[in-house]
Amino acid sequence: MRHFVIVGILVIITTVLTYFGLNAAGLMPVEASAQAVPIDWMWNLELISMSFLFALIGAPIMYSLVVFRRKKGDTTDAEHMEGNTRLEITWTVLPLFLVMAFAYLGAANLAETRRVDPDAMIVKVRGIQWSWSFEYPVVNGVSVISDELHLPKGKQVLLRMTSSDVIHSFWVPEFRVKQDLVPGRITELRVTPIREGNYKVRCAELCGTSHAYMEKPVVVSSKADFDTWMGEQVKIAEQAAATPEGHGQILVSANGCAACHSINGASGIGPTWFGLFGSQVELADGSVVTADEAYLTESIKAPQAKIVAGFETQLMPTYGFPDEDIADIVAYIKTLR
Amino acid sequence: MRKTNPVRSGLLLLVVGGVIGYGIGLGLDLIMSGSLNFNGSVAAAFALLLAVTSFFFGIYGYRGITRGLVFQVVGTLLGALFITGIRALLGSKAIFGPFFFSEPAWVFGALVGDVSFVFGVGVMSDWVKWARGIDTPEHHEDEPGWGKYFGVSLDHKVIGIQYTVTALVLIAIGGSFAMIFRTELAQSQLQFLTTTFKLFNQTGPQFYNTLMSLHGIIMIISILLGVSGIMNYVVPLLVGAHDMAFPRLNAFAYWLAVPASVLLLMALVLGGFDTGWTGYPPLSARAPVGMQMFFLGVFTAGWSSILGSANVIATVIRMRAKGMSAMRLPIFVWASIATSIIALTATQLIGLSFQLVMFQRLFGMGFFDAAKGGNPVLFQHLFWFYSHPAVYVFVLPGLGVISELLPVFARKPLFGYRWIAMSSLGIALVGFTVWAHHMFTSGMNEYLRVPFMYSTLLVAVPTGVKFFSWVATLWGGKIETPTPMLFVLGAIIVFLLGGITGPPNAAIALDLHLHDTYWVVGHFHDTIFGGFVFPFFAAIYYWFPKATGRRMNEFWGKMHFWIMTPSFLVLTFGMMRVGLLGMRRRIADYDPALGFDTSHLVMTIAGFLIFFSVLIFFINLFYSIKHGEKAEGNIWNSRSPEWQVPSPMPVHNYDVPFVVVGEPYDYGLADSKYIEFSPNGSKHVEIPPVREAGKYH
Repeated sequence: MRHFVIVGILVIITTVLTYFGLNAAGLMPVEASAQAVPIDWMWNLELISMSFLFALIGAPIMYSLVVFRRKKGDTTDAEHMEGNTRLEITWTVLPLFLVMAFAYLGAANLAETRRVDPDAMIVKVRGIQWSWSFEYPVVNGVSVISDELHLPKGKQVLLRMTSSDVIHSFWVPEFRVKQDLVPGRITELRVTPIREGNYKVRCAELCGTSHAYMEKPVVVSSKADFDTWMGEQVKIAEQAAATPEGHGQILVSANGCAACHSINGASGIGPTWFGLFGSQVELADGSVVTADEAYLTESIKAPQAKIVAGFETQLMPTYGFPDEDIADIVAYIKTLR
Repeated sequence: MRKTNPVRSGLLLLVVGGVIGYGIGLGLDLIMSGSLNFNGSVAAAFALLLAVTSFFFGIYGYRGITRGLVFQVVGTLLGALFITGIRALLGSKAIFGPFFFSEPAWVFGALVGDVSFVFGVGVMSDWVKWARGIDTPEHHEDEPGWGKYFGVSLDHKVIGIQYTVTALVLIAIGGSFAMIFRTELAQSQLQFLTTTFKLFNQTGPQFYNTLMSLHGIIMIISILLGVSGIMNYVVPLLVGAHDMAFPRLNAFAYWLAVPASVLLLMALVLGGFDTGWTGYPPLSARAPVGMQMFFLGVFTAGWSSILGSANVIATVIRMRAKGMSAMRLPIFVWASIATSIIALTATQLIGLSFQLVMFQRLFGMGFFDAAKGGNPVLFQHLFWFYSHPAVYVFVLPGLGVISELLPVFARKPLFGYRWIAMSSLGIALVGFTVWAHHMFTSGMNEYLRVPFMYSTLLVAVPTGVKFFSWVATLWGGKIETPTPMLFVLGAIIVFLLGGITGPPNAAIALDLHLHDTYWVVGHFHDTIFGGFVFPFFAAIYYWFPKATGRRMNEFWGKMHFWIMTPSFLVLTFGMMRVGLLGMRRRIADYDPALGFDTSHLVMTIAGFLIFFSVLIFFINLFYSIKHGEKAEGNIWNSRSPEWQVPSPMPVHNYDVPFVVVGEPYDYGLADSKYIEFSPNGSKHVEIPPVREAGKYH
């Protein structure tokens, strides 16, 4: 009996120490969305149950190893004790109720994170190897497309997401919730930012070579700051759309071209565009071509037609741009020198 | 037989074969591409195939495994040339591909190589003879010494050791891969796997992805082989059978694992694959030809697993000793049954899902291609329908080892034997209904996630029964802690950590945060180390004397344990912590702004300590085979039947059969016995009478 009392006390002490120890370790990023609140509540509940279960099993084992170890020179067996049906039923049925309770709480918790605001702002999200593009609601007939996600604090946003190539996953750790982007269909995610700050969306589903770098800024700001940013973007979009190279730049940013092709001469997955136009390009088969309009147009239309030396293992997908868009992109590349 | 040291000549030929293969590959590549690719795929592929084959030639001569490998190499080349020829005749534009042969040629070649191997190694020869009406003896005598391990043997003990050694080789390979990418992760930014790094037609980040993917699948295959190894060696001994029910099928299942391993290594050099072991399309539909080698490797290993488990089930049902009723089975046998039921009925689904992607790539069938009306999420359902139960295939035998060894070293009966036995079956059955908990963020039907949360949490109930029963077994015992028991205790603690970190993943909303992070990586390494790796080491330390008549060194065994366990706990704690804070899975590099550099450096050091401790284990193992302390008796003072006869185990197991006369774990009950040797036992009784010659056709 004495043993049980001591172990009981040990279990309680271990539970408390484990729980507070883990809590002090700071295991979660800041809580930046309304959805994170119930999720962190659930996490705390799980933390308590993990601490308790760890203590419940761990403490008696450690205690047994100290108290019930074999004494030197003792060759006899221990007391013959085959089992106890009542005990077995207890530790089958009690956990059964416990896990069902947890499952119920989990379902309620899920419902909490899925609360719908009918006035939510809709942002269309596209995942591309290895970039993001965000299309905002139309303002004055202009649709703003950016590779940054700007959100006003306190307003629910409905992300309607799809992918151009492989499966990606939208995750801002500070928002907690995560949703895959599947080619050929639209998946949805609702987030209500509640804390201003600069975060990053990080692709959570393995999507190929540069998966690690598929990260883009997420900015949560006050409604006023958001509106200012939006106004600037609308102005930029209006001005840019007026010139071919400006339109080309918008296309490049919306399609994540810069994820592979740097515009400042840095090395990347694909050849840099800096100073590309008019230069001599060495191809994988040893020949050399001049990067003129015809070459650039062909390389966008049929990326595998001429492969640049050193980039043999990188297969650029075909994007299917209309001819006038390709001309605008080439016009933009011309400006990069 | 040979005067020179076979290992030395093997290693010499490994180098020679590698160099010759490298030269051939380099030449072929030069002809095709017009440039010398010193670190290219083709040279590496030929070097790999010839080096492995020559190594075994040096050790063992042209028979057994060497002959199999030669057949596999020649078969692969012939198959590939066949398709290449057809493509040439059809006037196809792409007769050759970036990896010398085109993708269809490589796939067909690999398939032909696979089949050629089993003919070459000789595991089909009895069946071929029967088909031709030639009789063969029921048993083949094995050659004495170590030679029998390199050729076809029908003895379950030899096959068990073959499985175990192959598993250990794969663990060494998969572990070394982990060390490479763990080193890259020690700091943020790319240090050596950079974009300018080039090997086997892969850049640094691509090579990282390949190593990470191969670490996963090679470890999984090695676990499957390790499970088969313990089951093959131990189950017939525990039930008192002279062999498995189908010895030829048993050998066949083992020998499939060898070409499967070769194929997985081929995946490394043929451009690799960047999808992780999960191989989700559309990414897997775009990866290099290494992807196909991976599919074929898993497919072949899957066959091995299915056939092996059918054999275990048949053996337990048909070949038990007299008096061994269901509730008197050694508990490990219950675990083996549960695991075999899963492997026998679920493995088909991973083979099928990979085959569908293979066909999508080869024939343009758009199963998972949204543009052709396919559905990428369907793949995930098919894949996880096996791959979740698969984790129970890994851990149930491990938990069986814990339950089997605990009473021996606690000197007390296993507490609640029936409950533990039934909990294995419970886990196996519930395990079939939980697969979609891997897909809470996938875009599957949102409401269907809820029932999967319920079923997933249910797994905690039978698992809890095991834990509570283990605690009660230890309670009031007289606990000894030799090396096997240390690993059993380590297994319980580590599996406990894996177990309690499971339910948070089941709570759907919380999982939306946890999914695809290092938290999950830490969680499953805990479950797999606790559920398989620790028990596997325990089993090796425990049954090593049974196989060799010598025991492994206690001091170095304990060093292995005391270095590995704390390092491992630090590693997985670190993983879970950075995961919660925003570290995604499967990334070659992480944002320095996250501030994970120190954590990752600590994890890398811990990883190297684990690697070092396993190295100690390997040295201890090989040294002890010849030089270990003699241990021919019942050194653990166990009641189990295999320890009642001298070690090493006689060739046909029990010369005098035994009858079960009591309970298996009645430690502490005076004058009780589990078995009694008696000529009236059931030896060979369940085996059908020897067939007469000429009856096979």
